[in-house]
Amino acid sequence: MSDHNSSSEPISEHISSLGSCLAIWLALLAGTTLTVAAAFIDLGPFNTIVALSIATIKATLVVLFYMHVKYTHEKLTGLVIVSAIFFLFILLALSMADYTTRLWR
Amino acid sequence: MSTSQVVVDEHAHENPALLHHFATAGQQKNAAGLGMWLFLAQEVMFFGGLFCAYLVYRYKYFADFGSASQQLDIRLGTTNTVVLICSSLTVVLAIRAVQLGKRMALVFWLVATILLGLAFLGIKADEYAEKFEKHHVPGASFSYHELLPGQEKLPAAERQYANPHHAEMFFSLYFAMTGMHALHMVIGVGLFGFLAYKGWRGKYTPDYYTPIENAGLYWHFVDIVWIYLFGLLYLIDRHR
Amino acid sequence: MATIDGPDFGERENYLNAGHGLKSWLLTVDHKRIALLYLISITFFFFIGGFFALLIRLELLTPAGELVQSDTYNKLFTMHGQVMVFFFLIPAVPAVLGNFLIPLMIGAKDLAFPRINLLSWYLYIIGGTLMVYTILNGGVDTGWTFYTPLSTEFVNTNVISAIIGIFFAGFSSILTGLNFIVTTHRMRAPGMTWSRLPLFVWAHYATSIIQVLGTPVVAITLVLVALERLFHLGVFNPALGGDPLLFQHLFWFYSHPAVYIMILPGMGIVSEIVCCFSRKRIFGYKAMTLAVVGIAVIGFLVWAHHMFVAGISVYAALIFSLLSYFVAVPSAIKVFNWTATMYKGSITYQTPMLYAFGFVGLFTIGGLTGLFLACLGVDVHVHDTYFIIAHFHYIMVGGMVMAYLGGMHFWWPKISGRMYPEGWGKLAALIVFVGFNLTFFPQFILGYMGMPRRYHSYPPEFQILNVLSTAGATILAVGYLLPMVYFVWSMRYGKPAPANPWNAAGLEWQTPSPPPTFNFDEEPVVTWEAYNYDEIGEIPEKEKEEVPVVH
Repeated sequence: MSDHNSSSEPISEHISSLGSCLAIWLALLAGTTLTVAAAFIDLGPFNTIVALSIATIKATLVVLFYMHVKYTHEKLTGLVIVSAIFFLFILLALSMADYTTRLWR
Repeated sequence: MSTSQVVVDEHAHENPALLHHFATAGQQKNAAGLGMWLFLAQEVMFFGGLFCAYLVYRYKYFADFGSASQQLDIRLGTTNTVVLICSSLTVVLAIRAVQLGKRMALVFWLVATILLGLAFLGIKADEYAEKFEKHHVPGASFSYHELLPGQEKLPAAERQYANPHHAEMFFSLYFAMTGMHALHMVIGVGLFGFLAYKGWRGKYTPDYYTPIENAGLYWHFVDIVWIYLFGLLYLIDRHR
Repeated sequence: MATIDGPDFGERENYLNAGHGLKSWLLTVDHKRIALLYLISITFFFFIGGFFALLIRLELLTPAGELVQSDTYNKLFTMHGQVMVFFFLIPAVPAVLGNFLIPLMIGAKDLAFPRINLLSWYLYIIGGTLMVYTILNGGVDTGWTFYTPLSTEFVNTNVISAIIGIFFAGFSSILTGLNFIVTTHRMRAPGMTWSRLPLFVWAHYATSIIQVLGTPVVAITLVLVALERLFHLGVFNPALGGDPLLFQHLFWFYSHPAVYIMILPGMGIVSEIVCCFSRKRIFGYKAMTLAVVGIAVIGFLVWAHHMFVAGISVYAALIFSLLSYFVAVPSAIKVFNWTATMYKGSITYQTPMLYAFGFVGLFTIGGLTGLFLACLGVDVHVHDTYFIIAHFHYIMVGGMVMAYLGGMHFWWPKISGRMYPEGWGKLAALIVFVGFNLTFFPQFILGYMGMPRRYHSYPPEFQILNVLSTAGATILAVGYLLPMVYFVWSMRYGKPAPANPWNAAGLEWQTPSPPPTFNFDEEPVVTWEAYNYDEIGEIPEKEKEEVPVVH
């Protein structure tokens, strides 16, 4: 196995093309426009879901492309991200398990 | 059975940035990158506590939160979101510049990032000042007398007002969350200022630009936090 | 080839004599020196926390509570808890033994980020200074748990300085954890695969996950408490629509995993000691590694079992009760595996092994009583009584502190280059064991009988048990003082230690005692499995100082 358990190439020797940088930028701006427009339409309970979904898509684009996660060979990076999100989800979900059931008989 | 031994200082004269306890520059860069991602993971949990508090009270006081949210200026919020998205672009372009060995382009894009960051903070300060004038800052001087969303359509006698305590809760969380975010932006701007100076002095090359990359990760994270803050704080119940 | 040292080791360059003067210590980036800096600091705070404990036990000698007033008593138990939890228990093993040993155990020159390691210590010192200031400025009396709205609205004590102090200590802890994770991933010597890592390293890896992901939540929670105190925000104030239970959710989300930060490193120590003094490979290596990671993960899912009687919904209580039963499973697996390791082992009873035995027994009792508490019906009865106090002290003191002492004795030759006096070591271990049980077993009974915690006066029929407990505490204190005295004594008068006095497995024993600054003269290349005691053989006789280096 390789010495020092490090991949022989650095984390992101990948150089993003100018086109991809701009494309993501435009996608993020489009997402912003969309989320603001959607806020003014009555979708009932789906307003929140739409807003959070668009935010998550934007965040995913930033993580994958701007933060180079798509181009890295390191699976560990993905594991760190997923772990953080997972434990945050636990905090939110189990706390809400209390609050949503407080008034149940 | 491996018999090779790595001689530690082999590459030191090639790369002055190589620290003594690392065997190769690649190992050092990988370690720094992993360290940065772990730091971001703990930042996720740090902001996560605030998001948890926000989630709980938004669930409990949805209508009052909707009323309070409408008090925020959506144009300024949207502008700030666009500003941060542009600043993420400039960061990515800065990294591209150093990867291609372009020193002045690196400095240019870093300075652009700083200016956009300062613009964000300036707009935020303006928003905070407006909140202060309207007595929406939690504490002794807080006062809130606004309708719940959609109540304007009803006849005057039947209109319901938002609960001022619950509205104050919204603003407490608004200031705590955006304030903590702004603090992180200030740190980021300072960091980029330092890196821009070092970059101008020629410290970063295609072989060594780890601090730029890691600072970029930090900045993108702060941008992502704002993406969620914007959606959660500014866009509740706007349609009413 | 590592040099074999003899009585003149002082002339050989090692990390202790490489560089003299205060600056070489205060600006060091050597993980071994930083470990010693931590050793001095956490011992200092152990004394402070112990001092408060002594005052508590003195007060509880009599039912009427005459030594101190109620307000002062509130401060005593609060500061005992805060100092012991945040400034001793959480940093002790990772920052002292973890810092010292992890690079040695994996064959590295240092941790991944030596300067951040030093920064961690300075953050700890800043936090500790604020804690000392808090104590000297009149203390804090909210209970170590800072429950709201008491801490936000109703007390006039030094809550904010305590919070800032704890915040700094927490940040120190986060950076230590981050350092260990990156070190374990990136700095292992050639051939040191994950499945050859000592369980000590695995335990610290799991601990570090908790430190990195859990500590920030309590950090932001305490920031909110400080903001609420300063600006009367109302986030946790029922009068303004806030929910005190939200504070408890956020606080315990960290503070429950925090107890696993405290115990997992101790478990790592016990695995090393048990293998060495049974001369056997650990039973079920893979299960042990899965268990420590399992404890870390499941430990994040159970926090509201501290809130069963606080007012959470019954349905949430049921979920957390069930999850709390699950978290006991990996811990139990570890106890079974230590026992199975000892079975048919060639057991000898040096001081570290005595502490390991103590750990296995006392941790089991503490852990089993935790299962009692996971049961909702029982918890309603014993919550906020001395049963709880006995439960966590069995784990923290009977478990973790004994593991810490065992580890200090086991690795003292490596750290200092000297042997401690074995007779005194055994005596102190025995005194600690007797003193500990006399202190805390009566507290199980007291709690079951209904004596509440955090009260300084109690019904007269509880006095005899309280007196026994205080007597035990005095004996325990003697047991703790002895090692402090003979460790210091040994630094000048102790027998010089060979590289591997216990003939133990592990890379840390393949380098001289004390190690050179960069740990290994040549980078090791690992070709053997962990705990290869079948190849190593028996512990050498006392006369033999030279031991074969295993390749």
